[in-house]
Amino acid sequence: MRLTAKLTMLMAVLAVSACTNANRFDNDAVDLNAATGSAGGILPGSANDPSSPAYFQQTVGDRVLFAVDQSTLSPEARSTLDGQVQWLRTNSDYNAVIEGHADEQGTRAYNLALGARRANSVMEYLVAQGIPSSRLRFVSYGKERPIEICSEESCYTKNRRAVTIISAGLTG
Amino acid sequence: MKQIVASLLAVLVWAFSTPAMVLAQGGPLRIEITEGVVEPLPYAVPDFVGESSGAQQLAQQIARVVADDLTGTGLFREVPREAHISQITSFGSPVQFADWKAINAQALVTGAVSSEGGRIVVKFRVWDVFAGTELGQGMQFAGTPDGWRRMAHKVADQVYSRITGESGYFDSRVVFVSESGPKDQRAKRLAVMDYDGANVQYLTGGNALVLAPRFSENGERVLYTSYETGMPRVHVLEVGTVQSRILQGQDGVMSFAPRFAPNGQTVVYSLTQGSNTDIWAMDIGSGGTRQLTSAPSIETAPSYSPDGSQIVFESDRSGTQQLYVMSASGGEARRISFGQGRYSTPVWSPRGDMIAFTKQNAGRFHIGVMRTDGAEERLLTASFLDEGPTWAPNGRVIMFARETQGAQGSSSLYTVDISGRNLKRVRTPEGASDPSWGPLQ
Repeated sequence: MRLTAKLTMLMAVLAVSACTNANRFDNDAVDLNAATGSAGGILPGSANDPSSPAYFQQTVGDRVLFAVDQSTLSPEARSTLDGQVQWLRTNSDYNAVIEGHADEQGTRAYNLALGARRANSVMEYLVAQGIPSSRLRFVSYGKERPIEICSEESCYTKNRRAVTIISAGLTG
Repeated sequence: MKQIVASLLAVLVWAFSTPAMVLAQGGPLRIEITEGVVEPLPYAVPDFVGESSGAQQLAQQIARVVADDLTGTGLFREVPREAHISQITSFGSPVQFADWKAINAQALVTGAVSSEGGRIVVKFRVWDVFAGTELGQGMQFAGTPDGWRRMAHKVADQVYSRITGESGYFDSRVVFVSESGPKDQRAKRLAVMDYDGANVQYLTGGNALVLAPRFSENGERVLYTSYETGMPRVHVLEVGTVQSRILQGQDGVMSFAPRFAPNGQTVVYSLTQGSNTDIWAMDIGSGGTRQLTSAPSIETAPSYSPDGSQIVFESDRSGTQQLYVMSASGGEARRISFGQGRYSTPVWSPRGDMIAFTKQNAGRFHIGVMRTDGAEERLLTASFLDEGPTWAPNGRVIMFARETQGAQGSSSLYTVDISGRNLKRVRTPEGASDPSWGPLQ
């Protein structure tokens, strides 16, 4: 019973942290049982647990940003992705889906293709750094899933992104 | 819907006993749309006559929809009913032309509605008031009572066509994406409606993100993009049964921006492999595919010419989105857009003479039209975000989506004449985007 309560609480923590990215695939929901390797005194699966998806999201950094209409990786983006590479190497039982996004200043189909370019840039970088492509896939949401909703550059800059979503190791 | 279609197939066209009068070209009652109508033609639509008990209310409603259709084009101006001198109390009685001349109604539409055995019959006549003659022949339509709006649209299409010499667009449907919720939590479902926003019917449930539905030429099928599997994939839906299936293709590969060829058998769409998006064609029956473009750039938004021989599409191979035309079998493409800014979402007109597009320039979005060789570019609208034109079946009107700015922004459908006049919002129950205008039924 106590375990159930604990897990429920964990779920709640993850649910909150996942709010910034509410629309990832349903079937990629993180499997808490797979969150292993907890250090002493650290709640397994929490953001303090370096092997948790929450840690990946909050501490490693799950997203990189892009310039208008661009899909090239900035030095800052590469640095974030290097952290992702390290994490993915250490936590080899996790896979990742890279979601590409665009801001609203463009037409729908083009933004889908542009989001794919961005996600693919990230994926190619991760693969070049040694992450097996079998653990990665990408999808574009184009302009369909903004996280910031103002119609100004301050919001657009955060929406032009590629987000690496960690999913528990689905075999195959 | 099938039922209505079936019963309307029983449409009767029947001449009244009066000799048919066909107005000569250039006669007094003629709107030449191509010349650009500045002064709308005044006309009158008195309430239709209810010829059986219970048909009274329908008779009034049908006359109102006819008037809404005609006035909504911007080509006609209704003389208000309060100004009418004559009342039409019997469909068969002679028209008192002097009474309609006196209020300057140049055209007069009279009609009658009767109902019996679960069916209604709508008949009508169009009169050239100043010539004192009937324009064309009397006609009647029969159908079930719940199809009354369609019958009204059919009457209006006849009036429009007799006066303009062109086919109408009122008895047509539009498939679109119905939107609800704020920008960062927007739910989208496919819906279909009459061209004027009436009779909305939802085609998907809203669990999966859906985008850009496109009618087939005959209006029986709809292609769209759905995230049902987690990836954007092209689906095809049978409108009659509301059954949909995913088109064949590779798992884990994005496909989107589909559109039917005029033959209804071939589908063009975009497929993304790595960073590259190209245009492919698929035979919907066999599932056989063929790659039509192979540049490393983004090629998307393909649209066939009405004869099926060519495809217009957008590509950023030059560095920015521009419009290109190629053979339907692929190969060399020629660029047709050369103005300032970026061009996207090209759609070939049903007449074959023009291409509508979205243009992005200096922070604004426009809907525009150009000749198929890129000449005579004309911008019809301007706003924070206009996108995704679709042609009325007669090629005279364009519908598109307009999204408003800011955190509270939402999307609505609008129509505009290809002259740039008569911009109007289409009333929908929720937000709406990605319209695709179906055929005249």
